[in-house]
Amino acid sequence: MSTLGSVAVVALLVVPASAALVLIGLSSYRLGARLNVGAALITLLAAVTLFGVRPEANLYLRVDDFNIYLIALNNLVSFTTSVFSAGYIAHELETGRLTPNYLRFYHAMYQALLFAMNLAFLANNIGLMWVAIELATLVTVLMVGIYRTQAALEAAWKYFILGSLGIALALFGTILVYLAAQPVMGEGLPAMAWDQLLENAARFDPALLNLAFIFLLLGYGTKAGLVPLHAWLPDAHAEGPTPISAVLSGLLLNVALYAVLRFKILMSANPAALTPGPLLVGVGLASLLFAALMIYRRGDIKRLFAYSSIEHMGIMTFAFGMGGPLANFAGLLHMTMHSLTKSAIFFTVGHISQAKGTQRISTIRGLTTTHPALGWGLVAGVVAIAGMPPFGVFMSEFLIVSSTFARQPLLALLLVLGLLLAFGTLLWRLHGMAFGESRGANTPVHSSLLPMLTHLGLVLMAGIWLPGPLVVWFQHVAVLLG
Amino acid sequence: MHGLAFDIAHLLAGGMVIVSFLLLYQDRVSALLNIFALHSLVLALAVGWQAHIQDAPHLYVTAVIALVFKAIIIPTALYRIVRRLGIHRTLEVVGGVGRDMLAGTGLVALAILVMLPVTATADPLAREDLAFALAVVLLGLLLMVVRHNAISLVIGFMSLENGLVLAAAGARGMPLAVEISIAFSVLIALIVIGVFLFRIRERFDSVDMQAMDAFREERRR
Repeated sequence: MSTLGSVAVVALLVVPASAALVLIGLSSYRLGARLNVGAALITLLAAVTLFGVRPEANLYLRVDDFNIYLIALNNLVSFTTSVFSAGYIAHELETGRLTPNYLRFYHAMYQALLFAMNLAFLANNIGLMWVAIELATLVTVLMVGIYRTQAALEAAWKYFILGSLGIALALFGTILVYLAAQPVMGEGLPAMAWDQLLENAARFDPALLNLAFIFLLLGYGTKAGLVPLHAWLPDAHAEGPTPISAVLSGLLLNVALYAVLRFKILMSANPAALTPGPLLVGVGLASLLFAALMIYRRGDIKRLFAYSSIEHMGIMTFAFGMGGPLANFAGLLHMTMHSLTKSAIFFTVGHISQAKGTQRISTIRGLTTTHPALGWGLVAGVVAIAGMPPFGVFMSEFLIVSSTFARQPLLALLLVLGLLLAFGTLLWRLHGMAFGESRGANTPVHSSLLPMLTHLGLVLMAGIWLPGPLVVWFQHVAVLLG
Repeated sequence: MHGLAFDIAHLLAGGMVIVSFLLLYQDRVSALLNIFALHSLVLALAVGWQAHIQDAPHLYVTAVIALVFKAIIIPTALYRIVRRLGIHRTLEVVGGVGRDMLAGTGLVALAILVMLPVTATADPLAREDLAFALAVVLLGLLLMVVRHNAISLVIGFMSLENGLVLAAAGARGMPLAVEISIAFSVLIALIVIGVFLFRIRERFDSVDMQAMDAFREERRR
């Protein structure tokens, strides 16, 4: 209806896509980094515009209550990461880890990833959503391997194989959903449009839907880093450039979880189909406990936080699996808080590993004395992600735990066990890195602290006071999620 | 529905399952690539036949893409890469061929047992196609699991994608956008694979994935 809304939606897709095309041909890396930031800013503005004017859905694209905030979050973090990336990349160029040619490619891929993620959120067609997630996978594979070291290539290869496997399973699931819809809705595009599927879902063949959901959960669950198909995630985070780790953890995992949740809503609309809740609770809890145990033995700082991402994806999946207004509310809040906090941590970690010249935890010591800003930034980030008050993560975890205690005390015990394990290990690791006597190299880095401070500030604010409209939105979507 | 049209569709889809079995026990790179080309050729025929009996001209496009890209261009390109890397020798077979064959048979049985009861109400043509497609997907997975070299992984993955295209073609009236995107993404996937194979050669002098695995743990200490 409103033309401004349609313009915003088009801008969300066209700006990153055309920026990617321009950036691939731009040889100056300074200009490239600026253009990268500029394009991300325009896209963010377009995302914010959507709150004012919402365009009508068509068979391909759709803006609804569920995705509108996620799109805004997605573009906010993409923008701050692009600011962080500009500083990070300059240092990589100085140390010769990346050459200007690779940077050209890097910036183009960054915008292509932005395009793919926006498309995945906006897609109304389940086939289109699949294509977008596949594109995002391929782009991130290329970025993970960009350093071309043995470890980076291995990580990219593993990610490629596991990621494509997940994508393939998800496509099979998508085909099955169409097959379930086709006898009811007839052939053609409407039978793949999400809103129309939802309207008719009650009349679909439940057995086909069940089978489809299993494939979709396995497929998109792989992309979300859920156990047992999580193996790509720590390697990809550890070996790629740090801005990519921030985007992977903060955004791409959310995209995959969003896809799973879309299909969960579809399943809930059919009373005869299996209830997806217990399945999600199972994989969520398994991911949480597994990751909490794995965090303990990590020797690489980026790997440590990658496992922490698996843990938090597990918590979210668990919350959405429990369902009900309160748990869903907590899950959505946790999704937002985790994105902001984890990307802030990766911003700090990126500068730390540049300053120290290593990612090994054992050689990172006494950061608060040698690099006060980075050291205390890391302390704040880890305290937040471990779930301590007054940060927002505490609030979402508290809501999840308390709502679970009220309904399934036994499950809540397991949940709390996982949370405490991760909490203890993270703080123990943090203590070693942030305090004590400094060791190893101490190269000065020009760190841009603004992105990190913005994120942590938002998380702190959310822990103390959640804005009214946000609460209303969370409550509304929590009901939608069932 | 039952009649010659049905039988031919059945024959072609079943043919793909058989060719998937052939892929499982190849121990030479060139033979593996040839069999993959055959796999894609049978896929092109199966999709073309579906286009004919469903009266869906857009499926011919999918069939032509399968024929040109997957049966001709991709095997040729991979063959060249392999020759340039000087690895057109034999592929080691981990475990026994007998074991892989038994596992494969089990997977086909599983695919049929899963798909047929679930799709009891669906169009019989679609449901048999889907059962075969799932079998091809599972056999592709098996190939990826039992072999340790990069070429077999790639071929396994592409045969798996062939199975997905078969499933998409069997689902009556599935929109064109999806089929084009499938073909397109396979193309991209191949570029990625090509890039990777070259990079692997540069860094490792080997496409044996086990050589790569050795690097995994050491950095953690």
